Amino acid sequence: MAATRALAAITESPKVRLALLLLALAYILFFLVLPVVVVFTEAFGRGFTYYVEAVSEPDAQAAIKLTLLVAAIAVPANVVFGVAASWAIAKFDFVGKSFLITLIDLPFSVSPVISGLIYVLMFGGHGLIGPWLDQHDIQIIYAVPGIVLATIFVTFPFVARELIPLMQEQGTEEEEAARSLGASGWQTFWRVTLPNIKWGLLYGVLLCNARAMGEFGAVSVVSGHIRGFTNTMPLHVEILYNEYNLPAAFAVASLLAFLALVTLVAKAILEWRYGHELAPVHH
Amino acid sequence: MTAAAARTSFWRKPSILPGFGLSMGFTLLYLSFIVLIPLAALILRAAGLSWDEFIGVVADPRALAAYRLSFGASFLAAAVNIVFGVLTAWVLVRYDFPLKRFVEGLVDLPFALPTAVAGIALTALFAENGWIGHILAQAGLKVAFTPLGVVIALVFIGLPFVVRTVQPVLQDLNKEVEEAAASLGANRFQTFRRVLLPAILPAALTGFALAFARALGEYGSVIFIAGNLPMKSEIVPLLIIIKLEQFDYAGAAAISVAMLAAAFVLLFMINLLQRWSRARIGAF
Repeated sequence: MAATRALAAITESPKVRLALLLLALAYILFFLVLPVVVVFTEAFGRGFTYYVEAVSEPDAQAAIKLTLLVAAIAVPANVVFGVAASWAIAKFDFVGKSFLITLIDLPFSVSPVISGLIYVLMFGGHGLIGPWLDQHDIQIIYAVPGIVLATIFVTFPFVARELIPLMQEQGTEEEEAARSLGASGWQTFWRVTLPNIKWGLLYGVLLCNARAMGEFGAVSVVSGHIRGFTNTMPLHVEILYNEYNLPAAFAVASLLAFLALVTLVAKAILEWRYGHELAPVHH
Repeated sequence: MTAAAARTSFWRKPSILPGFGLSMGFTLLYLSFIVLIPLAALILRAAGLSWDEFIGVVADPRALAAYRLSFGASFLAAAVNIVFGVLTAWVLVRYDFPLKRFVEGLVDLPFALPTAVAGIALTALFAENGWIGHILAQAGLKVAFTPLGVVIALVFIGLPFVVRTVQPVLQDLNKEVEEAAASLGANRFQTFRRVLLPAILPAALTGFALAFARALGEYGSVIFIAGNLPMKSEIVPLLIIIKLEQFDYAGAAAISVAMLAAAFVLLFMINLLQRWSRARIGAF
């Protein structure tokens, strides 16, 4: 009797368990499952032929190409930065390290709209060096370079914040051993460090890429919304939506939703299969 | 070796590993050009206003209405997320159910789904002819194109934070503490309130603050569902964009600086909460 009461008191009664479970699942259903389902339902609402037409018309194609181009520049740039920053921060001891880490995380605390605005204030017609750029016929704002810069800003911390804790956990012993056996600095990096961090790096790249291809607010501020030229996929979705062309808007949106689902699956596989080779927060 | 030692200065410990100068130099250069100098340009632009002009922009009635909506809706959304986030974390850690792995992975969807896609999807769901909207409309509740729509979008955006901060704490929690409480005569609710809740509270509040901070700056998912009427359903990021489109650069910069200040205060609080959270976990 006493034993069953004690047991009852460390778990909930079956009814309470069921109620809590259903409540949590309802929350997941309304806020996560239905939004994804509605994107695909609306996208294919007018049939498959309409869908294919909507994603292959020239403006949609231009938007897809621009999104791929922007990610192809922004992601590698942040990978190089992330590797350099985590090498300096994780492998060496110096004063001001935690302040530097705070600065690297800073872009995550800045609203996407402000992330775009800062580049307009730097490079726009009325910006800090805008007049000089004008004289030299260099266009950054309302052009592709501005979109790339804004995308780099919003995805800035992803790779670094994954690699810094991972490399801190791994320490410096293996690199020191390689060095004392005569390996050069680059040999040490390519043969010792990189193999140790490859899954963490891939994890960071995955999240960085998803955000780079999906960014809306920051890119919206610097893009100028020129159809066929400075329209990324998320911006194209907005234009179609505002023209009440909902099936086409959802068709392009479904490509982005598909990318998000692929990212989530790849992320789950990495966490499940290589969890111990990722930053300590994932084990 | 001696050369490396000679290059080591007072602010850095000596190391036999190479590449500190190169990696640190590149890090600082890239950080400065991408983040620090553009942010300084923003502050410089706002500093071009006199104090009275600055207050005039930052505290005009339309801006005040936007702060009220942004802060209020972000707070409500984070409040919904702290309750349901703790519940979801609990269910994921303690219960077994079909599709658990699917739910587990799906929690991060708001981090992966582009905000514009979330915005049009939520609008379609909660519009008066939408799957959820038409049920709510029968109950007389209008969600899309009202401030309530803003809250819905911000609940979506902030959903993963509380789940992801509370989950590891629940996983590490020693079940013996609960058994001890039970054997001392506590019922399940008392154990939850007196033993479990204090243990997860710092993590839950950290998640709340992270969700709140994210919601304050959010733009993409909100503008589709909000209606965007000045004084009524206009969030602060939208007001910044409107000022920019009117070529009022100084005004846009001033409101941005006010929002950045709020974001940095939140960041500081989140750091304190995380420190408290770590100290609390250590105690268990």
